[in-house]
Amino acid sequence: MKFDLTEERQMLQDGLRRFLADTLDKKAREAVAEGDTGYSQEAWDGLAQMGVIGALFTEDDGGFGGAGFDLSVVFEELGRAGATEPLLEIVPAGGLIARRGSDAQKALIEDVIAGSTMLAFAHGEPGSRYDLSRVATEAKRDGDSYTLTGRKAVVPAAGQAGKIVVSARTSGDVADEDGLSLFLVDADAEGLDIRDYRTMAGGHAAELALDGVTAELLGGEGDAYADIEWATARATAALSAEALGLMEACRKLTADYLKQRTQFGRPIGKFQALQFRMADMLVEIEQARSAVINLCGHLESDRDTRELHVSATKQLIGKVAKLVVEESIQMHGGIGMTQEYDLAHIARRLTMADHRFGDSTYHLGRFARMRAAA
Amino acid sequence: MDLSYTDEQNAFRAEVRAFLDEKLPERLSDKVRLRHELTKEDHEEWHAILNERGWLAGNWPKKYGGTGWDAVQRHIFEEETTAAHAPRIVPFGINMLGPVLQQFGSEDQKDYWLPRILNGDDWWCQGYSEPGAGSDLASLKCEAKRDGDHYVVNGQKTWTTLGQHANMIFCLVRTSKEGKPQEGISFLLIDMNDPGVEVRPIVLIDGGAEVNEVWFKDVRVPVENLVGEENKGWTYAKYLLTHERTNIAGVGFANAALENLKRIARLEHSHGRPLIEDPLFAAKVAEVEIALMAMATTNLRVVSAAAEGQAPGAESSMLKIKGTVIRQEINALTREAVGPYAMPFVSEALEPGSNVEPVGPDYALPAAATYFNNRKLSIYGGSNEVQKTIISKAILEL
Repeated sequence: MKFDLTEERQMLQDGLRRFLADTLDKKAREAVAEGDTGYSQEAWDGLAQMGVIGALFTEDDGGFGGAGFDLSVVFEELGRAGATEPLLEIVPAGGLIARRGSDAQKALIEDVIAGSTMLAFAHGEPGSRYDLSRVATEAKRDGDSYTLTGRKAVVPAAGQAGKIVVSARTSGDVADEDGLSLFLVDADAEGLDIRDYRTMAGGHAAELALDGVTAELLGGEGDAYADIEWATARATAALSAEALGLMEACRKLTADYLKQRTQFGRPIGKFQALQFRMADMLVEIEQARSAVINLCGHLESDRDTRELHVSATKQLIGKVAKLVVEESIQMHGGIGMTQEYDLAHIARRLTMADHRFGDSTYHLGRFARMRAAA
Repeated sequence: MDLSYTDEQNAFRAEVRAFLDEKLPERLSDKVRLRHELTKEDHEEWHAILNERGWLAGNWPKKYGGTGWDAVQRHIFEEETTAAHAPRIVPFGINMLGPVLQQFGSEDQKDYWLPRILNGDDWWCQGYSEPGAGSDLASLKCEAKRDGDHYVVNGQKTWTTLGQHANMIFCLVRTSKEGKPQEGISFLLIDMNDPGVEVRPIVLIDGGAEVNEVWFKDVRVPVENLVGEENKGWTYAKYLLTHERTNIAGVGFANAALENLKRIARLEHSHGRPLIEDPLFAAKVAEVEIALMAMATTNLRVVSAAAEGQAPGAESSMLKIKGTVIRQEINALTREAVGPYAMPFVSEALEPGSNVEPVGPDYALPAAATYFNNRKLSIYGGSNEVQKTIISKAILEL
């Protein structure tokens, strides 16, 4: 049993923390918020150069990491900095290409690691909410390729990606696990309409309308569900680690503010009512850290164990995130309500983590059902 | 980062499990599982079994007859013994006084008292709290005045757990009123059979009487029973608290209680179906189980740091808060799970040797009493509010 980082991961963490603190200062963040991509190209290029994208892939796939604790180190730091660069999309999309792709398709990963190609994962649909098997988008075989028709909802970075991994149904009913397939689609493919917008989380997402879009099959036909679940588990681990970093950012802002802000002739941190709330927050953040460790440590376990931890961790993260956001704003008072102050972005991004890959209530029910079935 | 145990640690776990299979009397594990009250003899029997194997003092170094285990081994032992429903080790001599004597006692004191703790010659209890000194322990008033070769002790202690079984009590007493309150406190060992000591039981909210008031009237204590230096007792008391806080998270207890809750929820029915299948109830159980899974890992993080020689600081305050709240929530759900059969208050049926027929299922009888009894968890050992103060000072520097 060991809870320290390896030397390599410690170096990655230190380097990443320094780089993000230097690169994503207030001015850079404001430029991102006013820009039309939702991220900083300078930060993205720098992250690629540092090898941060490579840390998301195994050595076999051309990277030098790819384990659960590589994800946790990278995404906790991105969270701590409030970074909006869409690295998280590479975890499911790049993971699925590496897992299912032909040699020719896998060649794409080199460009991804170099930072020259961005990826998106288009799976959720307007009516699917968080159910991974509910896919109405249809794929029709057309000689050697396929054409896709349907809609995809709230796909982060779809408007910025060069390639999009899209799920579609090659057979079965709308909620069947069987009959799901995955495809590689060029972002500029004919018949693909991308409506790009900014999100509460600070980055960009898009609604996708596919009308007979030409697509390349990724892996076998009709057997993608298990891999979609696997990729979503890894993405959930990354998102949970990012949420943890965002919680730490909230904690730091709030604890610092309690020491600075004076009312009734003393720093408000001297008031026991606020001390206790801060202590409660800290206890819950430690719970969140343990939950992230639990999930990252079980990503390679058997499917049932892994998925139990997916739901346990995501439920706890969502619950703690809500507490941390609400308490941080409340303890700040008025300043915590302003867009100008750093907390606003962090609080919005942390809250939005509950709206991806299943929220706290969704995973509570899922955990209970998995336990009952065991 | 590695969540798995080493081969040596797994082998140790197997050894503990085999020992429990062979040596833990079923009579005792049944009592623990059904939450029947254990007698003094039950506790002594289990201590003797552990002592014979050399496993009674998990937190003592070998030179004093302890195991010399590291924090991970202690954690494994704790997990296995609670899972097997072994009686808990009575902590007062082993976990509390032992480490203080080893650190601050004279050679004579160590030679005399430590073997007696292991052999069960003495049953110790703790004389800390007073009616006016709870969370603010340093305000204690129980007084010891030097008179030749003796201290003369007058005053009162309270919440003395299992004091009814004890022949010895270690006390914090006031030996000086000069300076700060912390500076006039001494650590004294008192024979409960001495004239002037009186023990009165306090019946608690669950109907049981595990705690007592202890009164001292002109009790003469030989000066050789002073531990360390006069007026330095506060230092020793703080040292004791850090030892008391090992296993403060109570993960083993929580796991056992959660298993018990699930067992009950499978046996109880609602709308003709097992209660565990009621989605709302199942969600409540799931929520506390998820919190426990995370807390168990927080605990391992602290345990693993301790095994590498780092002293747990305010982290143990976090574990204390979260661990106690989780156990209390499991107790509340267990009370809820048994439904109307939480109501019968037939505590005689839980008493040692009772042949009173219980009302309702055997698992229902202790549900409400345990719920009420474990409200103590967030009060004792430094209330959770005291822990929050520690966190805000130590970690947040507020």
